[in-house]
Amino acid sequence: MSAASNDLAVPELAPTFRFQWEEVQGCFVILYPEGMVKLSPSAGEIMKRCDGQKSVSQIIADLKTQFPQTELETDVRRFLEEANEHGWIRPKMRISSP
Amino acid sequence: MSNAVTPSAAASRPSVKPPLWLLAELTYACPLQCPYCSNPMEIAAIKQELDTSHWFRVMQQARRMGATQLGFSGGEPLIRRDLEQLIAEARRLGYYTNLITSGVGMDEQRIKAFKEAGLDHIQVSFQASSEELNNFIAGTDAFEHKMHMARLVKQYGYPMVLCFVLHRKNEHQIREILDLAVALEADYVELATTQYYGWAFHNREQLLPTREQLVNAEKVAKEYQDKMKGRMKIYYVIPDYYEIRPKRCMDGWGSVFLTIAPDGTALPCHAARQLPGLSFPNVRDHDIDWIWSESPAFNRFRGLDWMKEPCRSCPEKEKDLGGCRCQAYMLTGDAANADPVCDKSPHHHVVTERIEHVNRLAGTREFEAKPLVFRNMKNSRKIAGSSVLSNARETAESE
Repeated sequence: MSAASNDLAVPELAPTFRFQWEEVQGCFVILYPEGMVKLSPSAGEIMKRCDGQKSVSQIIADLKTQFPQTELETDVRRFLEEANEHGWIRPKMRISSP
Repeated sequence: MSNAVTPSAAASRPSVKPPLWLLAELTYACPLQCPYCSNPMEIAAIKQELDTSHWFRVMQQARRMGATQLGFSGGEPLIRRDLEQLIAEARRLGYYTNLITSGVGMDEQRIKAFKEAGLDHIQVSFQASSEELNNFIAGTDAFEHKMHMARLVKQYGYPMVLCFVLHRKNEHQIREILDLAVALEADYVELATTQYYGWAFHNREQLLPTREQLVNAEKVAKEYQDKMKGRMKIYYVIPDYYEIRPKRCMDGWGSVFLTIAPDGTALPCHAARQLPGLSFPNVRDHDIDWIWSESPAFNRFRGLDWMKEPCRSCPEKEKDLGGCRCQAYMLTGDAANADPVCDKSPHHHVVTERIEHVNRLAGTREFEAKPLVFRNMKNSRKIAGSSVLSNARETAESE
């Protein structure tokens, strides 16, 4: 597990990307210079919570409350890694585990 | 505006997807004179720019249909005094706003004002990596100013795209160009190989790179892509004249892109105005929904049904959609033909002959001495005259 999906990491949207709901597309999107990525419903739910306030463990807990039937932890961490690699999110603060 | 309050017709018709990209060509006026400009040769004859309220209406209508990306382009969009207002309205509507500029006409105050208005991204074009060549190609003394502007763009926190248009006169500078981009901390670099439309088509012989230049440029671009991975994204597109399959032009006619020219003419791409037999609608007369979904011009080459052979029976037709309609017209005289870049086209030889000609003569004194025709209003009046079609047709016939 890398820093981006560490329990204590607090991800936030990188300032050079925009994240918003698109009514016509019916999905959340990420916008950047001359491009757009359409997010799946689950990716949208995760990104929505990358607000610079919640830690990764809080994001997972929050998603579990809203989608109690799903085993989602691995997928969430995997998506956060990906989003970090794309540069969509960045860790707001990183508290290293003791 | 009959569609102001009713749901979008395009959204309710599954066959026509809404536009995603709105390119607002705010003006054809430009302080630069780049001979590879993709604007039409007839810029001097195209008058009556849309005013602020027209643009507001266009942006509102396209946004309602689902457009997310908005490019302010031209000409040089900085010439418009209402640019700050247009940006603010675009941002209010939820667009991702891109300013595509030469940087000439920009200063710190304006960069700051754009930021406050909500501008998302600035793309600055350079003509070369050295002051001398840059200023020669741009036809103006702009290099130092561009450098200064690029630094300010970064300083104000914008993601920065640097765009370099490549051609025979600057392709040898590829390494220096990329070093310049690294030094300026560009987030994205577009190595935009000249596409032969408008002024670039007129200057094609002087601009077409040699095979040797391309091999080198591709190698160097690849090297920097690897070296800068994760820090700077480098887009390198090889010129389609050297390909054997055509580009998927504009991702399809009336599929993603909507260009509005300075006079309000709506186009599926910025070069389409030259195509004969099509009457492109104007936003002064129609709303965007009708223009995009219903107008005959936007439906003319939509989908695959318009295709002739060899495209019609080609297994790759859904991949490249037959290539570029403008290029088919310019090089074969019929916009419904296969793009002759494709080696299945019976006209493919017009492309290969052209590049062989250039490869044979490039570097020889006489060939290189032929002057570039710079893009300015004087040359536009002189060469294009008043006919919108004469230039492309003449050149096509001389093939």
